[in-house]
Order: sequence, then C-alpha cells, then structure tokens
Amino acid sequence: MAQSFQTTLGSRHYRFKSLAELMAKATPARSGDRLAGVIAESAEERVVAQMVLADLPLTTFLNEALVPYEQDEITRLIIDDHDAEAFAPIQNLTVGDFRNWLLSDQATSEALSDVRSGITPEMAAAVSKLMRNQDLILVGKKCRVVTAFRNTIGLPGRLSTRLQPNHPTDDVTGIAASILDGLLYGSGDAVIGINPATDNVAQSVKLMRLMDDVIQKYQIPTQSCVLTHVTNTLEAIEQGAPVDLVFQSIGGTEATNRSFGFDLSILAEAEAAAQSLNRGTVGRNVMYFETGQGSALSADAHHGLDQQTCEARAYAVARKFNPLLVNTVVGFIGPEYLFDGKEITRAGLEDHFCGKLLGVPMGCDVCYTNHAEADQNDMDNLLTLLGVAGCNFVMGIPGSDDIMLNYQTTSFHDALYARRVLGLKVAPEFERWLTEMQIFQDVKTHRLNDQLPAAFANSLRHLPKEPRHDV
Amino acid sequence: MTSNKPIVVENPWERLRAFTDARIGLGRAGVSLPTGKLLEFQLAHAQAQDAVHCPLDVEALAQQLQEAFALEHEPLRLHSQVEDRAMYLQRPDFGRKLNDESRERLEAVASQSRVDLAVVVVDGLSALAVQQNSQPFLKALYQQFEQDSAEWQLAPLTIIEQGRVAIGDEIGALLNADAVLVMIGERPGLSSPDSLGLYMTWAPEPGLKDDRRNCISNVRPAGLQMDEAARRLFLLLKEARQKKLSGVKLKDRSEDNVLEGDSAAPGSTQNFLVAD
Repeated sequence: MAQSFQTTLGSRHYRFKSLAELMAKATPARSGDRLAGVIAESAEERVVAQMVLADLPLTTFLNEALVPYEQDEITRLIIDDHDAEAFAPIQNLTVGDFRNWLLSDQATSEALSDVRSGITPEMAAAVSKLMRNQDLILVGKKCRVVTAFRNTIGLPGRLSTRLQPNHPTDDVTGIAASILDGLLYGSGDAVIGINPATDNVAQSVKLMRLMDDVIQKYQIPTQSCVLTHVTNTLEAIEQGAPVDLVFQSIGGTEATNRSFGFDLSILAEAEAAAQSLNRGTVGRNVMYFETGQGSALSADAHHGLDQQTCEARAYAVARKFNPLLVNTVVGFIGPEYLFDGKEITRAGLEDHFCGKLLGVPMGCDVCYTNHAEADQNDMDNLLTLLGVAGCNFVMGIPGSDDIMLNYQTTSFHDALYARRVLGLKVAPEFERWLTEMQIFQDVKTHRLNDQLPAAFANSLRHLPKEPRHDV
Repeated sequence: MTSNKPIVVENPWERLRAFTDARIGLGRAGVSLPTGKLLEFQLAHAQAQDAVHCPLDVEALAQQLQEAFALEHEPLRLHSQVEDRAMYLQRPDFGRKLNDESRERLEAVASQSRVDLAVVVVDGLSALAVQQNSQPFLKALYQQFEQDSAEWQLAPLTIIEQGRVAIGDEIGALLNADAVLVMIGERPGLSSPDSLGLYMTWAPEPGLKDDRRNCISNVRPAGLQMDEAARRLFLLLKEARQKKLSGVKLKDRSEDNVLEGDSAAPGSTQNFLVAD
C-alpha cells in the first residue's frame, strides 16, 4: 500500500506523494532529474527529503516496490533473490542508521560482504543520497569484490585498466597499433575491449580473432571482449569464435533492457554459453556489463524514478550473472543528464559505492563529451578519488582521445599517474608478465623500460611500409 | 641538475601513427604527457568547446545561401523554444519544438499542395559545421536533383537556431512536405569540430522516434566529402519516396558487411603484431 511522507519544518509543511518522489527529491542536484521533472524544487526541499528518507526503516524498500512487481522482471529479481538471513544484522536500521553503520568500525570488509545479498539496490541508492563524497569513498574502499578469468581483478591495492583500442573503421593495423601502445604503457589487465565501428556478427568475429591472436602470441594473462550486442556474441560462440567475455549494456528497468533488445533470460543463456568454452584459467567470470545514469530516462523507461536509483537497480541485473567487470560510463551520456564536472564526479562516486556495496566488481569510465562543462582537470580529480576509493578498473586509451566514439576518457598515462601517486599495482598475473616482457624496468616503483622490449621491437620490423588507402 | 639522459622518453613506435589517428606514441616525462603533446590536446579540446558555444551567424548564412542559389526569398529564419545555450544543453525537449512566432510564420508561408522535400538547416551542437558546410553540401545536393529525371518540389529553405534533430518533424509537417532533411551541426569530436550530420525522415510529424530516420554522419572537408554525402543522401531519398518509408526499415541492407581495414587483405586479421 503506497503511503505518503510528510514533515514540518518551521512553518512549512512538506509532503512527498510517494517513495519514488521522496527518493528523487532527496537526490543531489543533476540535470537528468530536472529533465525528467522529478528534481527537488528548492535546496531546502532536497534536504528535507533527505531528513524524511533518513528516518525510513530499510524494510520499507522490501514492502514498497518503486517499479511494480507485476510489470518489471528486475523488481521481481530484486524481491525474489533477497536474502533475509544476510539482511538480519541490519533489518532494524533506518536509512540514516544504515549510513552510520556503514561508516562504523563494525562494518569491516567481511561484515560488508556478509550483508551484501540482504541489501537491495533501492537501499543502496537511498543511503548514498545521504552520504557526502568522502563517505562514498570510505565505504567504497571497505567493500571488496574480487573476480577472475585469466587474471585476478579487484584485489586490495590494485587498479586495473581496460585497453580500448577503438578505430573509426576497425582497421586491423590501426587497432594493433593502439594495442601495442597500450601494452607498452602497462595497460590492458582488466580486458582488451573494442567498441566495433559496425555492430554485426561477422565484424565482431573478425575483431575477436584479432585480439585472440595477440593474446596467444605474447601469452598475455588477460582477456578480450568485443562490445557488440549480446545476441551477436551468442551467434559468434555458435560459429566457434574465440569469445572470452560477453558484453552487454544494461539498465535498471525491464523496459530499458527491452529497448536495448534483451531480457534476463538472454543474459543467462549468454553466461552459460561463454562458460561452456572454458577459456578462463584462474576464474569463471565471463560477463562484461556497462551502465550509466540516464539510460532509463533516455529510453523513456524510468517509471518516474530519479536516474541514480535506476542506475543502482542495474547492479541487481549485473550481480545476478557474476560479471568479471562492470563499468559505469559516467560522463558519456551528455550534459542533459550530468551537466558538468561536479555532477559527473558525484555520479561516478555514487555508482562505484552502490555497485561495490551490492557486490558488483565496479570500474568506471572516467569520461566526458565536448558539450559537457568538464575538462581534463575534472577527470584528474575523479580518477584520483576513484583510485582512493579502491575502484577495480578504469579505461586506458591513447592520449585520452577515443577517435571512434568521439569522447575523452582516461589515458594510458593517466593510469600510471594514479598508480604512482596512490601506490597501486596492476593485477598480479599481469604484473609478472610486464616484468618478464621487460615492459617495466621496475614494476614496484612504476618505472617503465626506456628501451623498446625485444619481442615488440621484432614485431615492428613486420610493419607494412605505407598504409593502403581506399582499397 | 640534469644528467645526460633525455628528460622526455620518445616512443620509437610513433611511426605507427601512419595507420591511425589515435594519439599513440606520445612519449613521456616520467609517466606523464610531455608538454608539447599536452598543449596539442588542450588546443583540440578548446576548439571543440568553442564550436559548441559559438552562436550561428544566422544572418550571414541566410544571405550566403540566398546569393549562392539565387533564391527569390531569403531562407526563413526560425527559432526553437530554447532561450540560451545552457538551456539548450540541458533541455533537449525544448530544442525539438518551434517557438510560437516561428510556428506562425511557417503556417503563413506553407503551400497548400504537397511538396517533396523540406530542407532544414539547424545549428545543433556545432554552428561552425553548419556555417562552413551548408552551402557546399546543398550545392552538391541540388546537382543531384537537377540530374534526376523525376521532378522534385522543394519547400522554402529554413534555418533554425538552438534546434535538435526532431525539430525537423514539426517543420516538415507544417510545410506539407513528404520528407524532411535536417542538416545539423554534430557533437564536436576532439579532432572534428566541424562535422555536419544529415537526417532524412519520410512523412515527418511531431513525436517520431529515431528509428524512423536515416542518418549520414561526419560530413566535413576532412571526413565524408560533400559530393559523396549528397550522392548517398539522394539515393536514400529516392528509395524513401519509392517505398514511402524511412529509418531502420529502409536501411538494413548493409547489415552483414564486414568493414575492411585499409591495411589488411579482405577478411584477414593479419597485422604486424602477430606476423611470424
């Protein structure tokens, strides 16, 4: 039974018609909620909403679905999979108490891991709305989510990178050039992942083979992924293509995912198919998901919710399928959802916190488009904050410039900066490989080799003399 | 205190830049970007941001188009419901609708009989793209019409400030056009601040979704050339007129093509990294 929520502050009476409205109005300001018409009408109303939210018992979210159970398979997933036993230690807390508990010395990494399956996305979203950036960082760092395929991602003191060698026409030499550049800067332990210029099966299989050849020849302890639609990857598996990870963009409502052309049963099928190939050596996490605040509104599938709550619900989808990597592409969607560096930074920290709290191996595409009010300095700040928060991985791209997707993300150099100032290392298996290949002089002090390593010097001798144009 | 060792470590694979526009082989100072490469990036970003915020000189463009094509009347200058750039960036919904004055002006000039096509020039996210590429593209497109055996009736040319792609739906409908072509400044890339996008929609009316449009992107001197863009657009337009539809249903023929890299043989993934 839906209830309304009200309080009086001085002479003013505030009333919030629904839990969805209360959640939306308690959300720190951002353009996407303004666009959706769900944002608080004043700064005071926002804090009043946070105060009312702080007094709600966590159990409210088990009794009142924000998207109706009958209409949405993600709501059903959240409710049906809720683990009452894990929830027991926190079941009597309000949202405000929950914040205190998360920050307290009682909430050790082990305790956080134990309650994980008792926390719903809506509880995570609600408590995040009361938290300052430093709270999101502190608790995020305590939550550990470790996954594995050909190496181990998310161990304490590690920061991995996705090597993203995109090319506007998928030119194989152009892609190989960016892969070489990345490897020689120590990038690629999370995954070597290509966004194909053309999204079809034949093209994807070609790129899968290209990356598989490189990984095999140099015996790189990492995995590859072509970021094509899940149904394309399923077809590629049927054709016998070398598929390491299955990619899919996911959202937090069933209608969002239908607009992306899949449902939960397809993800289950894809996970089983990729696992049946047995290509991992140290683990069996075979899924790579991408998310981002604003995708549900963009698909007109947000059910009147704020964009951050929708985003947290996407992590319920992710955790169901044991992903190796989940990447919030935080600044890609544009200023109508996250207007400037401040909003992008806040969203990146929220997404990392909510994902980790729910047990999702969160990484972040620290990024912006040219029409957002953001620049490299904003990205430096967010990258540093996420490094402190224990983010599992970030992107690595030549010189921050994605020439295929036309946006800016973190560079190979940026990741090395973060590792140096924060004392972070790559995945352990990859660390050994970097040393063996003589890419690093000293991997502990983050010193690259000034000389070109022998194996790669040899490869450069095979370069074609001139690029062929317009064949 | 400096030693004889160079401060900046160059990357001997810099020559791979012949095969990609990606910023590879930048070298490093410690693990950081060398000053020259840093400033190159800052310049590219500055140009892209300027392209987003620089307003369209609509008077100059209108005059230029009128003179170039010897139009009897100056193109109609219209405006969306957006008031300024900050609003434009945050409220795409207002950029999709004409303001009242613009709608009334269009209703006054619309022909009672159907026309084949309304061409709508929109500033979008890069006024630079529109300022620079509108005339050369339209010249190439008008040539296609002239060479075609069939007759093409065009609605009056319009120029829209602070508009989004979907504003063409309303304009096309008000002008009684069977199809609408929106020429719009695309979101600037770091090395492409001047990209024009072309969106063609059959039977335009307010409220259509993107799956009803066909898009040709990256039209600019260093990208897709004007003649080729006009040729492709005209083919789409002819097919749309024949089948009376546009969007995903029109386009799917290139579905399973593999893009062939310039540098590899067809179907091959052979490259220097994995050569024996």
